[in-house]
Amino acid sequence: MHHIKGKIREFLRPHIRESEIKDDEDLFSNGHVHSLLALSLILFVESEFKIDIPDEDLDMDKFRSFDALATFIQEKIADETAAPE
Amino acid sequence: MILPNEIFNERTSTLKCVVWDLDGTLWDGILLEDASVTVNPEIREIIIQLDQCGILNSISSRNDEKLALRKLEELALAEYFVCSQINWNPKSDSIQQIAANLNLSLNSFAFVDDQPFELAEVTAACPEVRCIPVREASSTLRRFVSKVELTTEEALRRRLQYQDESKRERARGDFKGTNEDFLKTLRMEFTISKAVAADLDRAYELTLRTNQLNSTGLTYAQDELLNYSRSEEYLLLMADLKDCFGDYGKIGLALVAKGQEIWTIKLLLMSCRVINRGVGSLLLHHIITDAKHFGVRLQAEFLPNERNRMMSVAFGLSGFKKVGSSKNIVTLEHLLDTAPTPPPYVKVTSMT
Repeated sequence: MHHIKGKIREFLRPHIRESEIKDDEDLFSNGHVHSLLALSLILFVESEFKIDIPDEDLDMDKFRSFDALATFIQEKIADETAAPE
Repeated sequence: MILPNEIFNERTSTLKCVVWDLDGTLWDGILLEDASVTVNPEIREIIIQLDQCGILNSISSRNDEKLALRKLEELALAEYFVCSQINWNPKSDSIQQIAANLNLSLNSFAFVDDQPFELAEVTAACPEVRCIPVREASSTLRRFVSKVELTTEEALRRRLQYQDESKRERARGDFKGTNEDFLKTLRMEFTISKAVAADLDRAYELTLRTNQLNSTGLTYAQDELLNYSRSEEYLLLMADLKDCFGDYGKIGLALVAKGQEIWTIKLLLMSCRVINRGVGSLLLHHIITDAKHFGVRLQAEFLPNERNRMMSVAFGLSGFKKVGSSKNIVTLEHLLDTAPTPPPYVKVTSMT
């Protein structure tokens, strides 16, 4: 879980002052993450963790904080591994 | 008449930029061999006509950059070109670089050269680019100029806006800090207002030109837009953006059907010009706040296509959830239980 958060923080580093944002802090409340950045982040997450994020999952609650995002990614990874081919 | 963008033949996709070769094309002869080359008056004329329609001109030339730029100044043409690539690389590389710098797709480009080799190289590497031999340039491009349905003030300013954008890019390059910090230095001002008759040419243009940040990809005829702007049952909003480098002009449009109990966002679009300014959701936030204020439910219609995923992201991350779908239209709803907060780097003003 920690390495998932680490990778997300690293990806966002050139865009926002991620070091000043706590793990459970709302990424949207201060307008840190805007649509283009969010889309880039989603594409990064999909390719880095090899998961698919369909439109239904584009839900604020799943992306609200580093903690929420890492939890969501972890669940998706588990789904991918568990799903019978 | 409402027509989805996809129905149009790919080759009639809007021409947004013409890339010119220099030696043997813009001017007769080879600059490095003969400094007294002159520009073909027909070519000069078409460049100016393209510029006046809001079509950009750029250069891809294998030449000495300093000399070439000086010559363009001498010919009083330098101001018409943006993002010129004067180097010794393959022209297909240069054209792709120009497309990336201008954030335009290759199918909105044309390339003019006198050499069959160059035209073939570009066609092979970038088949979507319209390659035009110089002897056909004037007659071919004139057709595009007459096809442009309107010449708004915005179109006239388009080149200037791209030139403002390069100043911003340079400032960004010189800036040490995160993107968010940089956005703060721009002192952006985002203004939302109800569309009036004078705005409609630009509103129509936005529906034709905007792809990635467009919730449905549908276009509306100008008289339809006029009716919506006057109707009590609709809200037609436009958004303006300016910053310390210049005015981006009108860059967003929203059409809301105001039902008694439910408002429905029928169209939401934001120009790609402002794609990395972090203001894509501001018009949406305004509508959310308004709907909450008026005590109505808020839904949006969304037609997903290959290009508008970013709009899907904007809706989702603003708090919209999918509540239904029929044929290819997805219905989203916002519970209005959260109030969106504007980003700290932009001042938002509502004139509605």
